[in-house]
Amino acid sequence: MNCKQATQLMSESHDHQLTRWQRFSLRVHLLICNGCRAYNKHLDFISKAMQQMRDRF
Amino acid sequence: MATGSSLDELGNQATELAEEVQALREQMLRFATLQLRDVTQAEDAVHDAINAALSSNKYSGKGSLKSWVYAILRNKIIDIIRERSRHPVETFIEDDGSDLNDQFDEKGHWKKSQQPANWGQPETTLANKQFWLIFEACLNDLPESTAQVFMMREHLGLDIREICNELSLSESNCWVIMHRARMRLRKCLEGHFIQGDFLQAVSQ
Repeated sequence: MNCKQATQLMSESHDHQLTRWQRFSLRVHLLICNGCRAYNKHLDFISKAMQQMRDRF
Repeated sequence: MATGSSLDELGNQATELAEEVQALREQMLRFATLQLRDVTQAEDAVHDAINAALSSNKYSGKGSLKSWVYAILRNKIIDIIRERSRHPVETFIEDDGSDLNDQFDEKGHWKKSQQPANWGQPETTLANKQFWLIFEACLNDLPESTAQVFMMREHLGLDIREICNELSLSESNCWVIMHRARMRLRKCLEGHFIQGDFLQAVSQ
């Protein structure tokens, strides 16, 4: 798996349940990739920000 | 038969309700504009939602008035989106995401200059007023078609399946659109906020 594929899967994990194989390959990729680990945190951050924005209304 | 005083009381209650709903108007307008990106349509949605709220007897006085009015507004917004997707008046510029590929090398790994950075403490960022201005600007910067799906999901809080149905998109297409939206937002935030002067200012 490369970073481009990993970013797609990280996003999809926010929208639906990944297959067992997808989860496994993503986890392995994240172990070795600093950039994608940061990316994953950024996606969590964006979700959190959207959640806060919703709550403010 | 209602006596004079209980009629007065009913009248007072109606006025109070109208005042409370009117007080929410500005906020509702911001909410609708963020989603619809069209002030006129947003104003119509808010106007309709307020009218529907005031002419309906369904508000029981239990639970929050605000969440009840917002539930009505949400439905009005979904009606408008549904109508739009049935009669597309403007052709959306297709967001094929090709510009996003620049972040990766030929093997699909992050280019050194594009590698996502450490953003520090999310709590500090989320508590900052300037961050929210940039966040909204980045949201407004998303291509129209991409923003539509993303905002339905993350702003209106709809299920991804519901969104695909409303917009007649396949589920995997919706996932790709969400992915592009998140990637664009992340890039925009990293460029304008995180790497700007702000983070240094906060960490000092």
